[in-house]
Formats: sequence, structure tokens, C-alpha cells
Amino acid sequence: MSWLDEPASETQIPHRSRLWLYVLAALVLTFLVVPTLIVVPMSFSGSQYLEFPPRQWSLRWYESYFASSSWMQATVTSFKAGALTSLVATPLGTMAAYGIFLSRSRWTVLLYVILITPIIVPVILVGIAVFYAYVRLSLVNTLIGIVLAHSMLAIPIVMLIVTSALKSFDMNQELVARSLGANRLKAFLLVTLPQIRFAVITSAILAFLTSFDEVIVAMFVSGGDNSTLTRNMFTALRDQIDPTIASISTIMIVVSSLLLAVSQLFARSRKD
Amino acid sequence: MVRGASLPITIRKLTKSYGEVHALDNVDLDIESGEFLTLLGPSGSGKTTLLMVLAGFTRPDYGSVCFGDREVIRLAPHKRDVGMVFQSYALFPHMDVRANIAFPLKLRGLPRREIADRVDAALEMVQLGGYGERRIDQLSGGQRQRVALARAIVFEPRIVLMDEPLSALDKQLREAMQIELRQLHEKLGTTTIYVTHDQREALTMSDRIAVINQGKVVQLDTPRRVYDRPTSRFVAEFIGESTFLEVECVEGTCRLAGQPLKVEDTPPSSGRLLLMLRPERLQILDSQSDSADNVFEGRVTTVVYQGDTFLLQVVLDNGARLTVRGIASSRSMARAPQAGDPVRLGLGAEDAVLLPDQPRT
Amino acid sequence: MAVSSSDVLIGQGRPNAAGLRRDQLFERWTLLALTAPALLLVLITMIIPVGWLFWLSFLADDGSLSLEHYRRMIEQPSYGRTFLITFEVSLLTTAICIMLGYPLAYVLSQLPRRIANLCMIAVLLPFWTSLLVRTYAWLVLLQRQGLINAWGINLGLWDEPLALVHNLNGTLIGMVHIMLPFLILPVYGNMRALDRDLLKAAANLGASPTRAFWLVFFPLTLPGLLAGTLIVFILCLGFYVTPAVLGGGKVIMVSNRIANDIELFFNWGAASALGVVLLILTLLFIALAARLVRLDRMLGGGPG
Repeated sequence: MSWLDEPASETQIPHRSRLWLYVLAALVLTFLVVPTLIVVPMSFSGSQYLEFPPRQWSLRWYESYFASSSWMQATVTSFKAGALTSLVATPLGTMAAYGIFLSRSRWTVLLYVILITPIIVPVILVGIAVFYAYVRLSLVNTLIGIVLAHSMLAIPIVMLIVTSALKSFDMNQELVARSLGANRLKAFLLVTLPQIRFAVITSAILAFLTSFDEVIVAMFVSGGDNSTLTRNMFTALRDQIDPTIASISTIMIVVSSLLLAVSQLFARSRKD
Repeated sequence: MVRGASLPITIRKLTKSYGEVHALDNVDLDIESGEFLTLLGPSGSGKTTLLMVLAGFTRPDYGSVCFGDREVIRLAPHKRDVGMVFQSYALFPHMDVRANIAFPLKLRGLPRREIADRVDAALEMVQLGGYGERRIDQLSGGQRQRVALARAIVFEPRIVLMDEPLSALDKQLREAMQIELRQLHEKLGTTTIYVTHDQREALTMSDRIAVINQGKVVQLDTPRRVYDRPTSRFVAEFIGESTFLEVECVEGTCRLAGQPLKVEDTPPSSGRLLLMLRPERLQILDSQSDSADNVFEGRVTTVVYQGDTFLLQVVLDNGARLTVRGIASSRSMARAPQAGDPVRLGLGAEDAVLLPDQPRT
Repeated sequence: MAVSSSDVLIGQGRPNAAGLRRDQLFERWTLLALTAPALLLVLITMIIPVGWLFWLSFLADDGSLSLEHYRRMIEQPSYGRTFLITFEVSLLTTAICIMLGYPLAYVLSQLPRRIANLCMIAVLLPFWTSLLVRTYAWLVLLQRQGLINAWGINLGLWDEPLALVHNLNGTLIGMVHIMLPFLILPVYGNMRALDRDLLKAAANLGASPTRAFWLVFFPLTLPGLLAGTLIVFILCLGFYVTPAVLGGGKVIMVSNRIANDIELFFNWGAASALGVVLLILTLLFIALAARLVRLDRMLGGGPG
């Protein structure tokens, strides 16, 4: 326990006097992590009330999830919508970020602001506005409607990440490539893109997650056969606490964590 | 590498303004085929802008640039066939050395065998044979510079542009590379435009120097003439060290503080002019025996030893302050005057350079 | 020297001027054209629909132009209550986040990098986990038969199960959990970037650890704290999911009200008017944030 008397910072305060701080920090950290993770073991609980630790271990909530055609349909829809959103938002956002970054026109600030608005405007407003428009365009409850709306929500994220990567990229390399005989497109594809690929991949993953996790717009705009997983979960939650949701949550946590791990691996390998 | 396949460059009325500032101000310049021309000037003088216009990356407001007899000013950079070396080298980190150098050849669709041969030849030429498989981050600064160079010449461009390529290297490496670049130029014979703010570098490497200030070419001459015969106060101050004394000239005869001044060249005009004095051109005369075309008398205020040379700060009898530089040998140090001693300085007529009276820039 | 076609033009004042200008414009428009697809998407799916809603908010139920929706907002006290609750929840959430998040960020910033990075994964994990999943986790934990109550009773801390959810408490707990990473990240970043030598200097000049903290360290972390606070507050204003799930119908913030107006009452006029007000409030606070952060950067360079 001698480390308690060691100095903890430049001001030479010993650890002992800051013990309360460490305890508080540990508690907050626990507070952040545990609730999310605790759903995982609880989802294997046999009882209706999801105990921890479970008295009976059981897969019944997983069975009810996989057996239900409506849950399965919703899951497929969510994955489809997420993948399509990523496919749409990533190239659109990357192109826009690149165009704005290189352009020296006075319109660029306005364009940038317009493209960022989806994360500034409160989502509920976006939700009802899109719903209102979709009713007139007959896009309610269609997959394409969801994908368009979610892509719009994901574009700012893609733009922010790619813009940040472009800022730390040495644009001289593109100039050199062009002096060596590559036109602008080739220079981008052969030199710039390979070096910002980690940013592009991360933003693709985040675009997927933006769609996959999105609740509010989906609530208004998806429905029927094209209902998303989150929409169904939300409706179920408002009525009663269906324990099946615990198993779905666990699966979603696993998916998110895997994607987070993948993106962190990319970030780390880049530093090598 | 084929010798003698380079092009002359003709620049007419080249102008580029950013708001009120003229980065390039109606520049006219003729660059000979195969010549090594340095664009020398302080930062912001426009030298890099000029290089970028030649490369096609900066679009001027108007003007004409011809490579040979072909107008290129509106030609896209990737069609100009110029080799370029940047200050930061701009090597592609996601490719190894070989792939970097092969890049322009691949774009031109050359067969694989030929690409491999040419890359090998280029590596040999910059003395990096065997380094092909290295990754960029494994190379030192000097090595990266050579890879950048190899990449810029491997496709046999008719013109090579270099933007302060040596400024990121330490002094000794820089001086060694200056000589290497010069030798490479002699071997290849390609028209080379070299940008630097380091006057010593310009003097070392160039066939001709274009001194640039505020968007204009102030003097275009060989290194020798730029140093010995600057045509303006700016050039005299930018290159080498100098002190200026006022002289009055009437119809070809000049007087300095009343005394007649022996000058070899005809004065540029009449009226008040400046006499440029280079520290190393002033001779320290022995009291009686030595004489020179022009003699100044004064007193030494400070002596500074600098290893290979020594400096004397002198106040002349007419009040002007001068710096004199001499080679430091055991004998010259023994004979050198001390602080407080009177001293006689000599200036040859061929070293008396007269400049128009311009204010300090 | 060979004669080129441009020699003919050189006699004129400005050779190639027109052509160069055309090239410049072409390049500029080509680059901006890259933004066109994204712009189109955002315009069609958001800007125009939201503009439509603005328009709706000024239409009375019979289709004529009127301010009745806005008048109703000022006259009916229920709207005032909604805004009050919204601000109350937002302020409380922000305050709790600061009290919990700042110490954690501080401890993390003092740890060696590798351990700190590991702990940051713990902070980022909620970020990457679905909002709904996290809210649901709290629902399960806080319910009467839930974990917290079970442990509380077992440990003898209380006798009857506490009503921790379907009310303001549950909402606050959930929102704090969601918002904490948004506060921790900018504060942590700010703290990490601080020059350690400044604290050494403070100690050397005679400041006790406490005074060194309050006089040197804390003021320098204000930009990050301000940024985090404003982000959290602005996010709280427009929040929907957590109050909807954990509030049990008793915590109706502005966004919940808007959703109810549409889903239950089909009252587009009222909903859009509320939405407009929410948007304006959000923009006001963002503008305030922008000004404060800039001011702070200026102050950062000056004395004290």
C-alpha cells in the first residue's frame, strides 16, 4: 500500500488524499459500462423478470426471437436498410467532403453548413417532416424511403470523418501524382483514397450503425413489411417489457462491439 | 536516359494577383534548353508561384508560357510532361520505393519489363541501387530526396522543376546534395528550374540566376555577374554581404566624400549613386608600401575571429562604417590590426560597383 | 525561336486571359458538382420537408394564414409546462453529467496512455451501442422487480421497492447515462492536451495542490468543459427516446409532445409550430456555443 503515499501529479499530491476521486471515477466508469453489458447475461435468464444472476439459464428469449417471423422480418429489414444506407451515404459524403475541401469558392461554407444540418436539426422534427413529405410521395413504409432518410442522417457523419482525414493528408501527393501524369480522378483513386481508406471505412461502419440504431425517423417512416428492428422494439417497449427484447439487445450489443473492435483494429494497424 | 532532349521555356507577360497583391507582375523570361536556372528570392517574392504556374497547379490571370514552341498555359498538369520535386518530397507512403518510381511509367502504359529496367536505371543514377523494396518510412531524409528525384526523371521529362528540395536537409547533407544534383543535371542535360531562397545554393548550382522580388525578375545573369555586378540595391543586399557609401557622379567622373573614385565600369547614370562594397573585396593595406586604385583611411573598432575568416569593423575618417573580411591564417592574424588601430583599406577599380540610389528594401 | 500561335495574342494586353478564366470557372464548378448528389439528397429529404413544416405552422386548420398555433402555445399553460420540464430535465442532466464526468475525465487524463486508452473504450462502448438498447437496459434494471431494487432490498438499504422508473428519476438516470460520453470526450481531450509544465510551475511558485488545481488547471480546461456542456444541453433539449421509454408518460418533453400531437391527435399545425420553436431554441444555443467557444479561445490567449 506504499503507493498511496507516492505523488500522483506534478503538484506532488499523494494518492492517499485523492482516494475519493479514484473511487468516484471507478464508480462512474462502472455506471457507464455495466448497464449495457449486464443485459447480456440477463438475456439468458429463464424467468419472465430477467434476473441477474439468472436462477435458471435458458435460451427461451432467443428462441422466441428466432421463431417469430415478425422479428426476423424486422431484422432483415434493419440489416438491408443499414447496408444500403452505408452504400449510399459513404460515397456521397466522401465526394462532398472532397469537393468542399478542395474548392476555394465562397459557396463552400454554405454548402458545408447545409450538409451538416441533419445532425443539428432535432431528430423529431426531421422525423415528422420526412413523414409529411413521404405521405405525399407515397414513400411511407418502403425500404427506399427508409434508406433515403437514413442516408441523409448519415451524410454529416461521413463528411466530418472524411474531412478530418483529408485535413491531415498531404495534398502535395495529389499534386505530384498529377505532375507525373495522373488526371484528377486517377490521382484521387491511386494516391488519396488508399491513404484515407481507414476514415472511409470507419464512416461506412458508422453510417451502417446510424441506420441500424435509428429509432425516431424509423418510427414514422417504416412500417408494415418494412418495419425496422428498432421500430418494433420501441413499440414493444412502450406497451410492456417483452423479455425477447433482451435477447435482441444482446445481439445488437455484440454487433456494435464487433464493429467497434474492427474499426479500432484498423486505426491501430494504421499506426504501425 | 537520353541527353539533349530538353526544351526551352518562353514566358511572356505572366501575371497573377491575389486581390491587391501581385504575386507575379508581367514576368518575361527566356530559359534556354538544357539550362539550370535558379529562381532566387525572399519568401513571398513569387518564385514558388512562378514554378507552380509552370507546373500547371496555379492558374495565372493572364500570360503565355511555351515549352519549345507549344503554348502550355492552359494545359492540364498531367499532360505537361514535367518532372517535379517538392520541398516535402511528397513520396507515396502506401507504396514502396520501386512502386513510387514506377508510378509515372505505369500511367504511361509501358510494358512491365521496360518499367523494371527503367526503375533500376533511375535508382542507379541516384545511387540507391538495391533500395527498391524499401518502404518510404524506412528511408532517411537524403534517401527520400533521391527517390523523389528518381521518380521525377524516370519518365524522361523535357523539363524538371524543383521547389526548395534541399531545405529540409541538414547543412552538410545539403551541400553534398547540391553537388550531386549539379552532376545529375550535367549527365541528363534537362532544362531545370530550381527555386530557393538560399543564395549560396543558387550560386553553387546554377547556370543562370533569376533574382525575383515582389513578382518581378529583378536581375537575370550568371552567378558570377549577379554577385560581382548586381544591378540594384536589392540584389546586392540579397546576395552576399555589402555596405553602401554615397557617391556623386557627374558625366562619368565620381567623387566619394570629395575624393575622386576610380571605377572600371561606366556609372549607370549621373547624380547620386551608391558604391557597393563587399567585405572580402576590401584589401587591408600595409601602412606605407601597399597601394590600390582607391584608398580609404579609418580606424578599427572591433575584430571578430570566425574560424576560417576574420572580420574588421572599421570607421572611416569620413564617418562611414564598413565591414572588412579577411582569410584567417596564422600569418594574416599576426599582421591584422587590433581594435583601436588606424587602418588603410584598398579597393580595386574592378571591384567598385555603382548602383542606383534606392532606399533600403 | 519558333513562332507560336500565342505570339499573335501577346501583342494584345492580356494573352490567354479569357481562356484562363474559363478554365478557372470550369474547375470550380466541377469540384462543387461533387457535392451535388449529397446536396440533392439533403435538400429533398430534409430541407424542403422541414421548410414545408414551417409553412404548415403558419396555417390555421381551415387553411388560412394565421398565428393561432403560436398563440395557443403562449396561452395554454400546458405548453409552458412542457418547456419547463424540457429545460428542467436538460439542466439537471447537464449538471449531473458535469459532476460525474469531469472527475472521471480528470482521472483518465492522469493515467498512462495505454491504460487510459483501454478505459476510453469503456467510455466509447455506450456510444457505439444502440440508444434503444441502453434505454431498455435501464428499464430492466430500474423496474420494481429489477436488479437495483432487488439488491437494495437484499442489502437492507430500503424495504419497499423504489419507483425508479416510469418517472423523472428514471428518465434522468437514463439520460445521464446516454449523455456522459458527450461530456467526457471533449473534457478529456482538453485535459490531455494541457502542458504538464504549467502545474509544475504552479507548484514551484508556491501553490498548494488544491490551489494549483483551481487557479491553473481548472481554468485551462474550461474550453473543453464548455464545449461538452453545450453539446449535452443541446442534445437534451431535443431528446425523445429516453423520456418516452423511461418517463412512463409522466415526463413529456417537447419532442415527446410533438410526437404525441402527430400520432395521437394528427394535429400537424400544433406539432409543426412546436417543432419550429424547438429548432429555433436549438439554433440559439448553438449560436451561443459558437460565440462562447470563440470568446474562450480569445481569452485563452490573454491574462487569466
